[in-house]
Amino acid sequence: MAAPCVEQPKGGFSFENCARNSRLEQLGLKKPTAYKTGTTIAGIVFKDGVVLGADTRATEDTVVADKNCAKIHYLSDNIYCCGAGTAADTEMTTQMISAELELHRLNTGRKPRVATANRLLKQMLFRYQGYIGAALVLGGVDVTGPNLYSIWPHGSTDKLPYVTMGSGSLAAMATFEDRFKPDMNREEAMKLVRDAIAAGIFNDLGSGSNVDLCVITKDKVEYIRPHEIANQKGVKQGSYRYRRGTTATLSSEVKKIELDVFGTEVKHQPMDTQ
Amino acid sequence: MAQLGQPLSDYQRPHQVHFSPYDFNGGTVLAIAGENYALIATDTRLSQGFSIHSRESPKTYSLSENTVLGCCGFHGDVLTLTKTLGARLQIFEKEHNKPMPTPSVAAMLSTILYYRRFFPYYTHNLVAGLDEEGKGCVYSFDPVGSYEREVYRAKGSASAMLQPLLDNQIGGKNQQGYVVQPMPLDRCIAVVKDVFTSAAERDIYTGDNILISVITKDGLKSEKFPLRKD
Amino acid sequence: MATSGMFGNGNPGALWTGGPVPGQLHNFPGVQNGATKGSSQRTLNPVVMGSSVLGIQFNGGVVIAADMLGSYGSLSKYRDCPRLLKVNDSTVIGASGDYADFQYLSNVIQQQVIDEECLNDGFGYTPKSLHCWLTRVLYNRRSQFNPLWNTYIVAGLDEDKPYLGYVDKIGMAYEAPSLASGFGAYLALPIIRDALEKKPDMALEDALRLIDRCMKLLFYRDARALNKYQVAVITKAGVDLRGPIVSDTNWEVAHMIKGYE
Repeated sequence: MAAPCVEQPKGGFSFENCARNSRLEQLGLKKPTAYKTGTTIAGIVFKDGVVLGADTRATEDTVVADKNCAKIHYLSDNIYCCGAGTAADTEMTTQMISAELELHRLNTGRKPRVATANRLLKQMLFRYQGYIGAALVLGGVDVTGPNLYSIWPHGSTDKLPYVTMGSGSLAAMATFEDRFKPDMNREEAMKLVRDAIAAGIFNDLGSGSNVDLCVITKDKVEYIRPHEIANQKGVKQGSYRYRRGTTATLSSEVKKIELDVFGTEVKHQPMDTQ
Repeated sequence: MAQLGQPLSDYQRPHQVHFSPYDFNGGTVLAIAGENYALIATDTRLSQGFSIHSRESPKTYSLSENTVLGCCGFHGDVLTLTKTLGARLQIFEKEHNKPMPTPSVAAMLSTILYYRRFFPYYTHNLVAGLDEEGKGCVYSFDPVGSYEREVYRAKGSASAMLQPLLDNQIGGKNQQGYVVQPMPLDRCIAVVKDVFTSAAERDIYTGDNILISVITKDGLKSEKFPLRKD
Repeated sequence: MATSGMFGNGNPGALWTGGPVPGQLHNFPGVQNGATKGSSQRTLNPVVMGSSVLGIQFNGGVVIAADMLGSYGSLSKYRDCPRLLKVNDSTVIGASGDYADFQYLSNVIQQQVIDEECLNDGFGYTPKSLHCWLTRVLYNRRSQFNPLWNTYIVAGLDEDKPYLGYVDKIGMAYEAPSLASGFGAYLALPIIRDALEKKPDMALEDALRLIDRCMKLLFYRDARALNKYQVAVITKAGVDLRGPIVSDTNWEVAHMIKGYE
């Protein structure tokens, strides 16, 4: 089926080879592995807003695929969203919802609410029955004040003062259960989220590298990346430069290239805006 | 509606659980045979799934004054295997009034591993020491007892990352005009630190510390070096 | 890895390239074997289960704690199950997992302690020797495909030095300055490690406060835990088995949860 590839896509996913692929899988074909952000993500509500936090490791099975990936995604000027699970799913889902929120803002002329983003996300994820492997921590400040949600891949959501997600969620949640208190100030809140992410980084093998933070208040967003480099890269002992000629050359030949030189004048052309 | 005598639909009975006699506890070991020394290094992380059990658990075991075993994989099998080996070596020493030479340790380990051919020890093994001529020797094993003497070898979770680096830096593979020379000990230690530092960047089961043990005719010396902790 | 198999990703790989995964039989090349799945698909069923055990070394001794819940599936069936066993004046063990297997092994250990005492030679179990013995028992049972479905934490003083050891149902064992089994390994251990890093030489009071924090946390987040627990303090003075201790809980944040959605 080569023809559909060159046609304009009509939108939505392609399910073209699903039946064939499941048959091949039964015959023993291994599916390609997708990057997972075997992650620690977390967020808390404090006095003036929300703090979101994330580690920066992406893994492919037991190998670190990306040592400094960004897991806090933009949804709108007052709403951000941390993603755990299949990297592509979290990335694409937040992009799509971000576009929808922007259209919503233009249509209504109002700042989008966090509850709206939550609804859009959960309805989309529920529609795909968990096959879109995105586990999200959604946070922002709107007319109703600071709001924080966690969203599961199947579309269920929780609205809580502190939430965590990902493989390091237990380590991070332990930190919150131990030290969370209502109405913290900004510094306390940032320290607590940092400690929660650090607990994930050092105790969960799926999480690692740096701590990213995002502090959202009524009229300001601070996206701090990195907030802390939790692990310094080791320093190399020796130098690993190769002597010239290390790569074997089988044969070499010098040829003169005959060139015909033309002159072409490039003129400014206005863009076609008809 | 639940019928009388029927269990309630939302009442969970304790269900049957799958049992696997094996697990994988990570860890990497690496050994290099020099002209008059043998070097064996290990990381010190013991893990399972996505959690770290211990940050201070080296996977090298000194069997005698001039033989060290590197052993990783399933830690339960590692413990059993090292205990068995220790006992057999003690019996040998009592019977022959001398410690077992390294090549003989390797041969015996091979038979111990093959004894469990159909319920194998899930362990990756390396034996490092000095041979009868005082030269460094390294033996590498598969889990069921096939073994050979080699100059350098990496085993365990990051072995696929370390081995190509060793091929390049020690074996001088695929480099024109490279003359393989015996490597001085200090450079060898530097290379080992660097390959482990690199492996810790990318392998989640390698990290925390490395323990480098060097065997010379004067005995065994060990050195610790820090790695990433995440 | 958040979606599924959050913790069970440690599948051991094949023994050699193209070889069997541990626990499976080897398919000789070219021979179709229908019975390959048999050996790895055996199942066993634990019934009454205990959850986490925590252990921490402090300056001059060890504390070990376990809650008192015996769960029957999702039912909180027994709320007064002691899961710590005092072996002698320098050794205590704590067990997670199947309660019947723990009771069986407790009987074996207690009988051995009596036998040992009858010899009157001044020898007895040290935490180290008991830990070693447990390792062998559990490993042998797993090798017979008939495991004791427990994780044990051995705490005590070995030649006046604090000792903490861990053994699980397949004979995987190690020592560490802080240990946790069951859900505690995910929830409590990060907190304990952090506290130990900040203050490596803890006093007994610090250790007990830390234990209480962790037990409370486990009660909040582990559905198979209870806020009633026992603590054993092992010092030169002997074993002090305390409890049941009921820690008070705080549900203040519940009032913060309101609004639509």
